[in-house]
Amino acid sequence: MTDLPDNDEHAGHDHGNCDEALHELYTFLDGELTDESRMRIRTHLDDCSPCLEVFDFEAELRIVIKQKCTDQVPDNLRQRIFDSLGAADHAPGAAARPGGPE
Amino acid sequence: MSDQATFAEQAMPFMSSLYSAALRMTRNPSDAEDLVQETYLKAYRGFGGFQEGTNLKAWLYRILTNTYINAYRAKKRRFDETELDEVEDLYLYRRLGGLEAVAAGRSAEDELMDWFTDIEVKEAIEALPEQFRVAVLLADVEGFSYKEIAEILDIPIGTVMSRLHRGRKALQKALYSFAASRGLTERVAPPSGADGDDVSGPEPVTVGGPRSGDDPPSDGSGSGATAGPTE
Repeated sequence: MTDLPDNDEHAGHDHGNCDEALHELYTFLDGELTDESRMRIRTHLDDCSPCLEVFDFEAELRIVIKQKCTDQVPDNLRQRIFDSLGAADHAPGAAARPGGPE
Repeated sequence: MSDQATFAEQAMPFMSSLYSAALRMTRNPSDAEDLVQETYLKAYRGFGGFQEGTNLKAWLYRILTNTYINAYRAKKRRFDETELDEVEDLYLYRRLGGLEAVAAGRSAEDELMDWFTDIEVKEAIEALPEQFRVAVLLADVEGFSYKEIAEILDIPIGTVMSRLHRGRKALQKALYSFAASRGLTERVAPPSGADGDDVSGPEPVTVGGPRSGDDPPSDGSGSGATAGPTE
């Protein structure tokens, strides 16, 4: 049923756990699992290097995506925004803002 | 401290991440600048309604995405979810990771970080249909929880998970085509194994899709976004 190599490393290994672990790959990486589920998968990854490789790959890919999606804010944008906030303060109707900071 | 100074101190630090998100959404630097400016203006005007101590970042992102949807997405009315083809799980791993890469001599120095340029990653995300693009960037770039994304987008958590599941697969496929076009995949063995089987490695299973009986996401993430101005 599974393509996992059939060697000593996996002797007595329940491949159903691999299915479960891989099914939860993203919820695990997203930090959305219960403590119990997370521990169960960690335990499986300790014993199963094929699954660990997949998890490591996906975790690394996540880091790559996050780090490469940064952009330089144009210099004048910050100032423009600051200026427009100041203008908002003096605009008609600005005084009607509800409440204030707690 | 004046309202403006308080707001500036708390909200301005998020500008560069809001700007990046705006770029991914609008795919146009000029529109992105306008979108961010409009977001800050609305946030400032509505700041009195923001509860101190709750999740300011999520609150700002809610304003950003609502503003984007209302102002910049107005032309596109029909849903484009059906445009996303089914992609197999672990798309990149099956082609560029694991045993295939090792067999093809991928060395320890071959960092995944070096496989894609910034531009390619951004383009791959921007190529995603909008619902998936926004979900993926909120989760994978900005690190919001499912609950926070659900509140930002005003959709059920199950829908968040579904969009992430499909969006991430599509993203991997797009990244792979960049790698292929730059010749990276020539260094790696093709997916079929020696015995003619499909990719070796873990058996295909449904990765990450919601299934009945699963626990809802664990508690522990910060309090969600309070409703921002929706003008």
